[in-house]
Amino acid sequence: MKKGVMRPGHVQIRVLDMGDAVKHYTDLLGLIETDRDDQGRVYLKAWSEVDKFSVVLREADEPGCDFMGFKVVDEAALNQLEKDLVDYGVEVEQVPAEELKDCGRRVRFTVPSGHAFELYADKKYTGKWGVSSVNPEAWPRGLQGMKAVRFDHALFYGPELAAVYDIFVNVLGFYLAEQVLDPEGTRVAQFLTVSMKEHDVAFIHHEEKGKFHHASFFLDTWEAVLRAADLISMTDTSIDIGPTRHGLTHGQTIYFFDPSGNRNEVFCGGDYHYPDHKPITWKAEDLGKAIFYHDRVLNERFLTVLT
Amino acid sequence: MAEFQVFNRTTGDHFICQEGQSVLKAMEQLGMKCVPVGCRGGGCGFCKIRVLEGDFECGKMSKVHAPPDAVEKGEVLACRIYPLTDLTIECVPLPEAALAKQTTTKPLR
Ligand code: FES
Ligand SMILES: [Fe+2]
Repeated sequence: MKKGVMRPGHVQIRVLDMGDAVKHYTDLLGLIETDRDDQGRVYLKAWSEVDKFSVVLREADEPGCDFMGFKVVDEAALNQLEKDLVDYGVEVEQVPAEELKDCGRRVRFTVPSGHAFELYADKKYTGKWGVSSVNPEAWPRGLQGMKAVRFDHALFYGPELAAVYDIFVNVLGFYLAEQVLDPEGTRVAQFLTVSMKEHDVAFIHHEEKGKFHHASFFLDTWEAVLRAADLISMTDTSIDIGPTRHGLTHGQTIYFFDPSGNRNEVFCGGDYHYPDHKPITWKAEDLGKAIFYHDRVLNERFLTVLT
Repeated sequence: MAEFQVFNRTTGDHFICQEGQSVLKAMEQLGMKCVPVGCRGGGCGFCKIRVLEGDFECGKMSKVHAPPDAVEKGEVLACRIYPLTDLTIECVPLPEAALAKQTTTKPLR
């Protein structure tokens, strides 16, 4: 049942070299730099997003993901969700307003898979980039590279999926849209949504805690995914796999890496979800087809290369 | 432009690496598979090798996969080293992730 969590709001990604990273996320992905702070972090957004930023890059000596944030409808919902988390036994940390520039207070917590998440209600509303909110044109001119439309979801690898499910579904009001079950019926992958999208966040079982698989950005069309593939070749960017289609979610996708080895995805299409939809199940025996619908075999890299 | 010979002692393969090119990229370009290829960005630790002989320059690498004391011993990431002389390397087996057996779900492989 929905509890006021609205959508993915931001992700903070660690990079080894800020200059290289900013070039990758702006020139290639087509995000727009919107600010920097005195910690040296760089704030970016995709053009169709209404808030000031959705991607924050932080230079560090180990790549990966610091946290993913979800925006909730209002302060009352934030207070209630915070209380619900505490009542459920989840330790929460208060991150004061303005710790991220132009973002309100954040409630941060770490789930048993080792990943940090945040909830927040306020962020500066700057509107879609390059188009007016009155009689808007179809798209803005001057976008770079892949022209990413929005930050869409992230996939994390870690243990304790059942406990993570309980927090996301029972406390935060997400729905299980798709899952992978092994022959004993244990859930080894879970795709969770709080919207009509087929996933807003996903987890795949992995023994090591806190690993980051990818941050994903939405594109409008298959043509745009092919064009993204062209750009990956033109820029000699490290590719993982694609363009292809997923069985899970049925999205059309390509995976590649940022200059620090963090995986990115751009994709289009995919199924939709309403609260009355029952979860879709893929069998772990057919994982190759579930992940790469055309090849029907997994590339080892997809399961093991993480930051 | 200078080119250097890279010899992988574990597999017996050798290949040419151009000046300014990473060892992993040189290997991949020649269609060879004697070092595992991951992110190609110094982030995942997949391409870890040990350099037994020769000099090289290092790009930025994740401290988790290439901590300074290991780098000192020649344990580096092939995607982030650029030879300055001919190199002799060997493969370093991937460390299995420190496994917590009490987890309630199972790995996918
Ligand atoms: S391939 Fe990922 S660190 Fe070299
Ligand atoms: Fe994805």
